[in-house]
Amino acid sequence: MSTEEQMTFDQEPEPSSFRLIATLGVAGFLSGLVLVSSYLWTKPTIDANKAEEQRQAIFRVLPGTADFETFTLQDGQLQTATGPAEDRVFLGRDANAGFTGFAITGEEPGFSDIVTVIVGYHPADQAIIGYQVLDCKETPGLGDKIIRNEGFLANFSHLVVDPEIVLVKNGTKKQPNEVDGITGATISSRTVVNLLNKAMTKWKGPIDAYLQAHPELEKTTGHE
Amino acid sequence: MPTCKLIPNWKKRPAMSNKVIGSQNMQEFLKGLWKENPVFVAVLGMCPSLAVTNSAINGLAMGLATTFVLIGSSILVSLLRKVIPKQVRITTYIVIIATFVTVVDFTLQAYFPDIHKALGAFISLIVVNCLILARQESFASKNGQWRSFLDASGMGLGFTFALFTLGAIREVLGNGSLFGVSLFGKAFEPWIVMILPPGGFFVLGFLLLLFNWSAQRRKQRKMQTA
Amino acid sequence: MNELIWIFISALLINNFTLSLFLGLCPFLGVTQRMETAFRLGLANIFVMVITAIAAYVLNTWVLIYAPYLRLISFIIVIASVVQFVEIAIKKLSPVLFKALGIFLPLITTNCAILGLALFSTNKGYGFLEGLIYALGAGGGVTIALVLLASIREETRILNIPNVVKGTALNLIIAGILSLAFMGFAGLFGSH
Repeated sequence: MSTEEQMTFDQEPEPSSFRLIATLGVAGFLSGLVLVSSYLWTKPTIDANKAEEQRQAIFRVLPGTADFETFTLQDGQLQTATGPAEDRVFLGRDANAGFTGFAITGEEPGFSDIVTVIVGYHPADQAIIGYQVLDCKETPGLGDKIIRNEGFLANFSHLVVDPEIVLVKNGTKKQPNEVDGITGATISSRTVVNLLNKAMTKWKGPIDAYLQAHPELEKTTGHE
Repeated sequence: MPTCKLIPNWKKRPAMSNKVIGSQNMQEFLKGLWKENPVFVAVLGMCPSLAVTNSAINGLAMGLATTFVLIGSSILVSLLRKVIPKQVRITTYIVIIATFVTVVDFTLQAYFPDIHKALGAFISLIVVNCLILARQESFASKNGQWRSFLDASGMGLGFTFALFTLGAIREVLGNGSLFGVSLFGKAFEPWIVMILPPGGFFVLGFLLLLFNWSAQRRKQRKMQTA
Repeated sequence: MNELIWIFISALLINNFTLSLFLGLCPFLGVTQRMETAFRLGLANIFVMVITAIAAYVLNTWVLIYAPYLRLISFIIVIASVVQFVEIAIKKLSPVLFKALGIFLPLITTNCAILGLALFSTNKGYGFLEGLIYALGAGGGVTIALVLLASIREETRILNIPNVVKGTALNLIIAGILSLAFMGFAGLFGSH
């Protein structure tokens, strides 16, 4: 501190409590203003980004989809989702409002952390027809093969879920409900299989019930 | 070696002698880049340095975000330094820094969602980066706006440089790529551990070792020529 | 119940706050010369973390719904207040402990681990009990890391270390080896 500052400091009386509180109050108030305005300014863009991301994922796992409806589980039945909800499924419709299938998400603790996956489900075939990893922190080069590895992804072009999905050693897949695991990433592969089985157990019943209540949907299925 | 220092005694002023004001200001800017580099010399701001430097672009982004917060809050603190009472200064600095960080967080989330996803919660953790609070406490609260700006930019760019170096090394070794562009083709067997947490510790440890070694060599040479 | 165990073990070992997530490195690298100090600091951490987790949950559930943009700023102010309160409480209840902890207590405020805990816990949408277990696991993990590094550093004090690597460089390399070792915990709780 220069001598000049030193002298002023010694002569300055101790600031009153009012001054201290006032400073904090003003700082808090101004900060609050800035935060509110930046939040309101960016919120539309952020929401649009999130919605777009979700839309892209759904379109990816349900080929041919152009639009979708959102449902949640209430009392064991599918109900149209109104506000932001935790567990959701999406009913996909193509450009002619035909029924393309259901998009279902599931998550499960994996090797490192929780893995989140979205799949497209075709009720008539009882099969999964699309697959995308939404969140995964598995070991790069090994576990994270569940994201991109072509051999593994090929499992999900038509994976029957009835009675349940079974993980088999790489190269030994014979049945339509079996998944060829990734060599060297057994736990990550098993995580995906368990995750899907759990998701199916949770949603298959309500989905079937919903389709029974709305038979017109089956008729508009363009997907064979 | 003490790490998180909020005490100003590590801010070494260059020898005053007959330096012109402009050159002295340049010193304020330059010191943060190398001689007093926040990561390699003062070992500040460790958490983000290691967590988000698993790739060059992430390191760069985090460095720039931190620099923005540092410059903004330094200028503001310097503007208000005569108004903020000593007793509540730390709290006020934290409020200022937290506001800047939240704004940066929202901006990244809206306009650079991929980077926001990659950096995650570590953007918010910029607020507890010892570097920023240390610069307010030891420099911005005692100097004018222009010099605070220079100090903040120097430190911020030095920090960014350090993070980028860390990220680049880890990405090249651990993924065989730089900025996502594959460098060595398929034949390269990536040294995966480098992009995992242990790699972060190792790379920074070895870089510090190199810094120490070069500082020692310089000292030895000085003693020999003396 | 299964999920709670996973949250605890994950925070403690698999995704250790210090060795995997790089949180709480300032005290980790700076205050681990002696095992006893490191252990006490770890305990103080656990204590602050648990209180912070509760406070974060309360804030997040009842206050921040109306103003989500105030999350960061309210968390950091809450943490600073909690640390101040803990300091006063320890000073009154156990002056010996207060003296032993010394400057470390205020430093916990800028400890990324505490704020990181609050942020991660609310990001993952943990409820009250889950947040509590998470805090215990995270604090325990930080303590384990602190004690491990401190005990190794105590051992290396009598060794002949080359000058270039002395200090933080060596600590980082040791930390890297510890981190590598902890990677072995991955898959501990993999799906069966």
